[in-house]
Amino acid sequence: MRNSTSTLSIRLLNKTYGGPRSRLMLQDINFEVAPGEYVAVMGESGVGKSTLLNLIAGLDLPDSGSITFEGAELATLDDNARTLVRRDRMGFVFQAFHLLPHLTVMRNIMVPLALIGIEPDESSRMADEMLEAVGIAALAAAYPRELSGGEMQRVAIARALVHRPRLVLADEPTGNLDTDTARQVLRVLGEQIKRNAGAGILVTHSAAAAATTDRVYVLTADGLQLRTER
Amino acid sequence: MAIASRGFAVIAVSAGALRENSGRFVLAVLGVAFGVALGVSVHLVNASALNEFKLAIQSLSGAADLVIRVPRAGFDESVYPQIARLPQVEAASPAIEGEAQIAGRTDTLTIIGLDPFRASQVQPEFFAATENPVTDLFDPDALLLSHSAAAWLGLKTGDTLRINVGTSGIDLKVAGLLSPGAYRQRIAVMDIASAQWRLQRLGRINRLDLRLRPGTDVESFRRQLAAFLPAGAEAVTPGAEAERGASLSRSYRLNLDMLALVALFTGAFLVFSTQVLSVLRRRSQFALLRVLGMTRPALTRTLVAEGALIGILGSTLGVAFGCALAALVLGHFGADLGAGYFQGVSPELHLAPAALAVFWLLGTAFSTVGAALPAIEAGRRAPALAIRAGDEEEGLKKPGTTWTGAGLIVSGLALTPAPPIDGLPVLGYAAIALILLGTILLMPWLATVFLQRLPAWRFPPAMLAVAQLQATPRQVAISIDAIVTSFSLMVAMLIMVGSFRQSLDAWLVQMLPADLYVRAARVGETGFFTAEQQVVIAATPGVERAQFVRSQRLLLAPGQPAITLLARSIDAATANRILPLVGSSSIPQAGAPPPAWISEATADLFQLGVGDEVRLPIGARPTSFTVAGVWRDYARQTGAIVIDRELYMRITGDRLANEAALWLVAGSAFEQVEQALRERLGAAADFEITTTREIRLRSLTVFDRTFAVTYGLEVIAVLIGLFGVSVSFSAQVLARRREFGVLRHLGMMRREIGAMLGCEGIVVSALGVGFGLGLGWLISLILVHVINRQSFHWSVDMHVPWLVLAALAAAIVAAASITAVVSGRRAMSNNVVSAVREDW
Repeated sequence: MRNSTSTLSIRLLNKTYGGPRSRLMLQDINFEVAPGEYVAVMGESGVGKSTLLNLIAGLDLPDSGSITFEGAELATLDDNARTLVRRDRMGFVFQAFHLLPHLTVMRNIMVPLALIGIEPDESSRMADEMLEAVGIAALAAAYPRELSGGEMQRVAIARALVHRPRLVLADEPTGNLDTDTARQVLRVLGEQIKRNAGAGILVTHSAAAAATTDRVYVLTADGLQLRTER
Repeated sequence: MAIASRGFAVIAVSAGALRENSGRFVLAVLGVAFGVALGVSVHLVNASALNEFKLAIQSLSGAADLVIRVPRAGFDESVYPQIARLPQVEAASPAIEGEAQIAGRTDTLTIIGLDPFRASQVQPEFFAATENPVTDLFDPDALLLSHSAAAWLGLKTGDTLRINVGTSGIDLKVAGLLSPGAYRQRIAVMDIASAQWRLQRLGRINRLDLRLRPGTDVESFRRQLAAFLPAGAEAVTPGAEAERGASLSRSYRLNLDMLALVALFTGAFLVFSTQVLSVLRRRSQFALLRVLGMTRPALTRTLVAEGALIGILGSTLGVAFGCALAALVLGHFGADLGAGYFQGVSPELHLAPAALAVFWLLGTAFSTVGAALPAIEAGRRAPALAIRAGDEEEGLKKPGTTWTGAGLIVSGLALTPAPPIDGLPVLGYAAIALILLGTILLMPWLATVFLQRLPAWRFPPAMLAVAQLQATPRQVAISIDAIVTSFSLMVAMLIMVGSFRQSLDAWLVQMLPADLYVRAARVGETGFFTAEQQVVIAATPGVERAQFVRSQRLLLAPGQPAITLLARSIDAATANRILPLVGSSSIPQAGAPPPAWISEATADLFQLGVGDEVRLPIGARPTSFTVAGVWRDYARQTGAIVIDRELYMRITGDRLANEAALWLVAGSAFEQVEQALRERLGAAADFEITTTREIRLRSLTVFDRTFAVTYGLEVIAVLIGLFGVSVSFSAQVLARRREFGVLRHLGMMRREIGAMLGCEGIVVSALGVGFGLGLGWLISLILVHVINRQSFHWSVDMHVPWLVLAALAAAIVAAASITAVVSGRRAMSNNVVSAVREDW
């Protein structure tokens, strides 16, 4: 049953990777995320968590089933249209941070704003605000190579949220961090997603990380099942 | 065991890298191969031609120990018995030699008149090798052709060859062929008496070959002989004569060799940039290997070996390709690379193993050194730092090249006023090399300065492109250098050749003031107008005024090539209107020798200036003249002197003329005057009538043909430069695949990433082209004022061909930008999205 108010609605999603080692990655996945919801997807390595994120982001196309994001069926859009959806209304946080090494922290955060055409002054103000919100205002002029892992991930969170996306996709954002830093980063991520009134999907191995979300799903070879709900 | 394991790790690193970067590896190998091939082919073509040229001269001299020679006019044959009777002389062979114009063609054939019996004493192989009886030569119309001459003319025994003498054609019978292989050059041999008669040189010889008695000191006899020789004659050894002939083309050959070296250098720079970028991209891998226990020297050796491998493969391929190219050029186009120095020589490919080895070593050494610099830096970098993202630029910061670069440029500039060495502009070329190398080393600083001044763009791809470039000026400098290296030399050549062409055109306008020019022979030395014919020409209806010129070759000093004496109507007061004088001029004071005007080449070669006295071997004894001015002469590289013809006739009694300049009565038609001239001089007369416009066009066509090879070499250097840009961009794009993946995640479209790369390509190539233009202009000044002047003794007015340069610059920017986008497309054709899953 599709909820017309959902940010994201996935129905009977199937994805197989071809080639000599053909492999069924996702089978009959059903999944729904409402505005303001922050959910976790757990699962073993290689079960298809990142594949699911790529499909949700429109970076890949399903074999069958539908992915509806804010009322639009992603599979019916061409690559450019899906890119625009991602640009305007989604944000990404990666395990390996993936900051652009040759840009300062400030300019890294301003990239999504530049892509959606925000004026430089306004963009600068929004980036400042975001840096303040994630607690790294003093690092605006630093380059990524000068930062610690926790600091880099805060920058990545700021970049993912600065343009107020409707959906944030976080792929193992604490995988490279120590426990204390991971806790701080997860707190910042959860706060910011809620503050923006958007939705968030956290893909993680960590039960502790998953516990910071509203609902936890587990992805297995049999499909996606709800494990806990708060 | 440990050594074997380390060796395996080293090989695995290189093999993996080469496999992963096979495209760039192939491009780098091809870059070196092209450079080496060009060097080898140009050198082989020149060396083969030169070798043949020297062999030809030596074969003509046979076993002679000395050759007495005067230019065309020759000396009285009575000198021959005087010299032949000298006790040191064992055998003497007189000869008359000349370049005869072949009727109906614009080519000349060397005709040598010999006394067969005398010649057989000095050149025994000559008649031993002849297929027909020597007695055939005694027919006054008979000549023997070398095989190459027969093939070139399409003649066989029994056929007739028509040549022009004076303004008439004479028919000579091909009595036979000289033995194949004995004389590979295009020559014809006649009996000396027949030749003197048929070439209208009765009683004259212009060559005397001497074989000396055993034990005679050739050098001291050569000095003694000077007392017996008539004015303008000199005795030289056959070897020295061959060297003098070869020296005429020496500057041109050096010029081509230098251009080929430029292509080789550009290829080596390609290896350098490939290796720098490859090493940068693999820094984290190397850091990991260092962490795992690979020693610093082992890592450095591995990377140097990669460059050496590229060099070895490229050089081997280049040597093979260069030999094939040289064989192809010699087979299809002959040894004449456009400049006309080796016309009439039909060389076979002369493989010189030492030269091939030098080019092979140069290609390999350049590549190895190119790889060594980044390898040493990679070995030095601390693994903990190298393993971090964004360390690439830090790695390049270390080598402090700015001051070294500035120092090299200053040193290069300081060398420009230096004089030639052994007549060659060696220090001028060194200055160019230093300035070029200095600019390459200065480029990181220049790139930083210019990139920091780029405005901030609002268009996101441009904004990201500029940010990327500003953050990586040293990596950008490598791409800029690839363009600057080749483009600056192209610009320099274009400015130099453009300036030269423009100056030549202006020179032709001043040198050809008349409406029509009538020449007894367009080429060769056997054509002339008699005094009677001159009167007829001047009185031809439609001709308002006629001016005649007599030219002949003179030897001014032993060891120097002959200069051209031009006798024409001229006086000191109006010389500047007739000749393109450069610098100051003067009118000789009363009582001083009469005036002569020397060309720039004469001034340089004989160290003469305005006011100096020069002795010309004309008439019965040498006559002194005062240098009244120096003029620009693009026609005669070995020098020319102009004197007044009235004076010349008084001194020599020679009233012949080779050429007439005709001013037509207003309204006269060229065709009518030509018809009238032909009617009045007789139907059998063979002479050439051309308009000023035709001569101008013909001269410019010859000029363009001469520089065609130069342009060809430069275009190849630019193509190798573009290879460099392609290698550089594709390496950077591959290194940035994860960056593109992230940008795709952040919502950047493929075309926007393409636009970003296009912007980077435009900025990099625009900077490369900008610096290339500046550097090219500087190098062109050295080419024009140092290299050209010292090589050919020609001054040239600077003329920058802005339109051509602008079009070329736009083409390079477009090509480099397209290269950048194509490289990006290729990199993005793989799944860049998945690249974000890899660690940095």
